[in-house]
Amino acid sequence: MKKVYNNADEAIFDISEGNTLMLGGFGLCGIPENCIAALEKKGANNLICISNNAGVDDFGIGLLLKKKLIKKMIASYVGENAEFERQLLNGELDVELIPQGTLATRCMAAGYGIPAIYTPAGVGTEVAEGKESRIFKGKEYLMEFAFEADFALVKAWKGDTAGNLIYKGTARNFNPLMAMAGKVTIAEVEELVEAGELDPNEIHTPGIFVHRIFKGNSYEKRIEQRTVRKRL
Amino acid sequence: MLDKNQIAQRIAKELKDGFYVNLGIGIPTLVANYIPEGINVTLQSENGLLGMGPFPLEGEEDPDLINAGKQTITTLPGSSFFDSAISFGMIRAGKVDLTVLGAMEVSENGDIASWKIPGKLVKGMGGAMDLVASAKNIIVAMMHTNSKGESKLLKKCKLPLTGINCVKKIVTDLAVLEITDKGFRLLEKAPGISVEEIKNKTEANLICDGEIPEMKL
Repeated sequence: MKKVYNNADEAIFDISEGNTLMLGGFGLCGIPENCIAALEKKGANNLICISNNAGVDDFGIGLLLKKKLIKKMIASYVGENAEFERQLLNGELDVELIPQGTLATRCMAAGYGIPAIYTPAGVGTEVAEGKESRIFKGKEYLMEFAFEADFALVKAWKGDTAGNLIYKGTARNFNPLMAMAGKVTIAEVEELVEAGELDPNEIHTPGIFVHRIFKGNSYEKRIEQRTVRKRL
Repeated sequence: MLDKNQIAQRIAKELKDGFYVNLGIGIPTLVANYIPEGINVTLQSENGLLGMGPFPLEGEEDPDLINAGKQTITTLPGSSFFDSAISFGMIRAGKVDLTVLGAMEVSENGDIASWKIPGKLVKGMGGAMDLVASAKNIIVAMMHTNSKGESKLLKKCKLPLTGINCVKKIVTDLAVLEITDKGFRLLEKAPGISVEEIKNKTEANLICDGEIPEMKL
């Protein structure tokens, strides 16, 4: 089966109303910029999006929010996003906030074929409300279910025509976990090479998890907090 | 009374050679500026980096290299990158020796509230709930009172909790305190601050054993 697509428009052709999507990235670092732009253009309503953050007003997932494509956002931190706040306060958007480690591990469980995990995060807080808990060796843990996602949209640094992926720096974050978890995983990469050109020792995500891959264009890679030291 | 940098400076004295440390956003981040000489500490950033270095030189910022506060940073010799599940694996499995984070309230049994004020917009808990649920040693860095002058050291937290029975030590602008089975115990007072003033600004009971030494920075 063909894995290589020409561009984001072709790769996301069947994302449709009501789908659940996972989107990789931490803040704006390692987000699938091309897929988000294509989705903004194509449009699909009532999406449920699982992502650590919700982008900023004019970039990342913020673009999908602005077009009102998202019905529900599942995230650990939603940050500074005026449109997000407006939709939330107006009841146009549903939000579920969950601990970051729980978010990561629920993605991981999905990719590992494990239905649920136990974590101590949130015990004794409102996160625990309505959840099954269990004591192991005297400590309480919450049962958290693996996510289910129709599509995982991930961003990698390099990829090959077999779907193998390599990430760069902290742009790795949730991407490898989500890549393993999607029913259909769409990977966009900065550099796409022929199978055999990447060293098998250096692959982070084996190609079996990646259904579609394409070379992304004109990455903006916006920086949220530019912090520097002055040159002396 | 200590300023934010001095609170960070006092917390830095708790660092031990070889520690892996996670620093939260705000005052905790400043602790990195005061790591004592001769002490080697490795900073963990929960977005997927062990061995966080200083901010990059102007012009050398890499958008693919940020910390959990989304600031551009650098690596150091011996640094490693990993995914978010591995990152929280380190945290949950107790590999991180010390977590320093801010708080809105701490109660005398070590509960912490730091992520939500009902009626105000909620941004989320990020990694704080995972960190407080698993860390072996948690130090809270905060002001002793809130903007209305009310004590943040309480018998019981009023705000929604981040975690329960987890805080071990608190460094405020007025004092260093530890959580014991019997409540807050005053360990040190800030220069120029009396035990009486600390008592007055602490809603919970304060255990004071003998002469309370002044903090050394």
